[in-house]
Amino acid sequence: MTVIHHLFEPGFFASGPVHTALLVSAVAALVAGPLGVFTVLRGQSFAGEALGDIGTTGGSGAYLVGVGPLWGFLVINVAAVTLMELIGVQRHRGRDLATGIVLGAGLGLAALFLYLAATHQSTTGAAVTVLFGSLFSVAGSTSPLAIAIAAVVLVLLAIVGRPLLLASANPELAAARGIPVRLVGYVYLLALSLAVALCALTIGSILSTALLIGPAASSLRICRRPVWAAAAAAGLGIAAAWLGILLAYDSYAWPPHHQGWPVSFFVVALVLVIYLGCGVARQLSGSAR
Amino acid sequence: MKQPRDLTATSTRQEVLSVQGVGARLGGRQVLTDIDFSIAAGEFTGLIGANGAGKTTLFRVILGMTGHDGGSVLVGGAPRSRRNPLIGYVPQKFALDPDLPLRARDLVSLGIDGHRLGFSLPSAQRRRAVEQMLEAVGARELADVRVGELSGGEQQRVLIGHALIGGPKLLLLDEPLANLDLRSAGEVVSLVARIAREQRVAVLISAHEINPLLPVMDRIVYLAGGRAVHGRADEVVRGDVLSKLYGHHVDVLRVHGRILVVAGAGDGDERSGPHAATDCDALGAGVEVLS
Repeated sequence: MTVIHHLFEPGFFASGPVHTALLVSAVAALVAGPLGVFTVLRGQSFAGEALGDIGTTGGSGAYLVGVGPLWGFLVINVAAVTLMELIGVQRHRGRDLATGIVLGAGLGLAALFLYLAATHQSTTGAAVTVLFGSLFSVAGSTSPLAIAIAAVVLVLLAIVGRPLLLASANPELAAARGIPVRLVGYVYLLALSLAVALCALTIGSILSTALLIGPAASSLRICRRPVWAAAAAAGLGIAAAWLGILLAYDSYAWPPHHQGWPVSFFVVALVLVIYLGCGVARQLSGSAR
Repeated sequence: MKQPRDLTATSTRQEVLSVQGVGARLGGRQVLTDIDFSIAAGEFTGLIGANGAGKTTLFRVILGMTGHDGGSVLVGGAPRSRRNPLIGYVPQKFALDPDLPLRARDLVSLGIDGHRLGFSLPSAQRRRAVEQMLEAVGARELADVRVGELSGGEQQRVLIGHALIGGPKLLLLDEPLANLDLRSAGEVVSLVARIAREQRVAVLISAHEINPLLPVMDRIVYLAGGRAVHGRADEVVRGDVLSKLYGHHVDVLRVHGRILVVAGAGDGDERSGPHAATDCDALGAGVEVLS
């Protein structure tokens, strides 16, 4: 009983912000895991990272306009992937170039928005909240939108999953089977932009990649089957998020300052620990054959 | 100069693939000119040519992935089309990521429905079909290994299973022997020959080397300079025929049952002198076809 008592500081299960944090982070990790598996396989981690960074523009813009940051992440990410697609993300060589151009333009705007938010409004915490996340301050009213976005991502994945898997394994093979590789790639990018928006809300735009790539890369170390890899990535992501929330909540009681550490720090640290752990697990099991 | 055409008397064979007078351009360059050949059910045809001779372009034309100017391409008697279930295809330079969460059986299974939207529930019938195909390509014991962790020859066999499980009438293999050691190459060749024979599948297999295919090839399509000669190996791989195709003198040497194609020094072509020496030097390394 005392162990449980020390593990969960008083009020953990009764706190409204904690409920919202648990829900939003679980929803984000649930879709980021499977999406991340494809991101790693397709070698598009840079696009994932860029979408997160560009989210800064949307998040800070949302502060200026006075709407929830998730709307900002959402709108800017969907616009960004469409622009990337138009510039030429489908060509192998064009990929990084398109991503880089869109990323640069987006971050320029973010600099402007954050400056305006800091000088013209009293929202001094905007930069830190958008960049590094502030899970306990996510409004409870955001939950329905987050759930809706996650549902859309899962439906998109369920529809294009198989052709996307084949196209990710080998585009030439997929094209010869009559799969519209470019269209499938764009649908994947759209789903990715939605998933990254949820990650940005959870742990901040800069750190969102950690939740996208970390659990997926971990699951790919231990799983040999596509569905298991997707499920494991989601599960590991949720584990990292929830444990991170618990530790952050408990950290308010930690000496010397009783101040509380950021959730994002714990989540990202746990993702790293999980990744290293999965590497060790693979070595030990010799799962090569 | 009129190039040699199809040397085979077209009898009443059951043609699975018929290519007539086909040309193709890539980025404004004429890659293929007036290609004529046909393949019948159960026939094993080698598409021989140096790198850059247009082998992959020809495959892409047959698959409907590249346009062609002039002529006709008939697959199973009907004009070629994208997403043709009559064709099984394994592209060249296949390198699967070691991290790919796909076991050999998953990749073969994707051969059934990898192009479809949505997902399917596991079924015993499907599982059995996959098991049988793995058995047929000699990959039973590899069923649960990640495809990216298989050797080159093993990957080829699994991919051939992927291409065959849909029940195609025509199997296209683009340079399946490239980067394989001699033993693996021999295994892949005899596997494909057995499948052609037993399942009555027409096989078109490209290679830049004739010799690994010699024991099993029914016919050759020999590509050079964008043109082709078609016929049995002994009809095509002859000095006079290939000299005409290359447009300069070529010698065909038979040494210990192997065929060597070398640029001759007979026509005074300034290129042939030094090239002949280079090619002869390269012969020991197994490079037989002129570029």
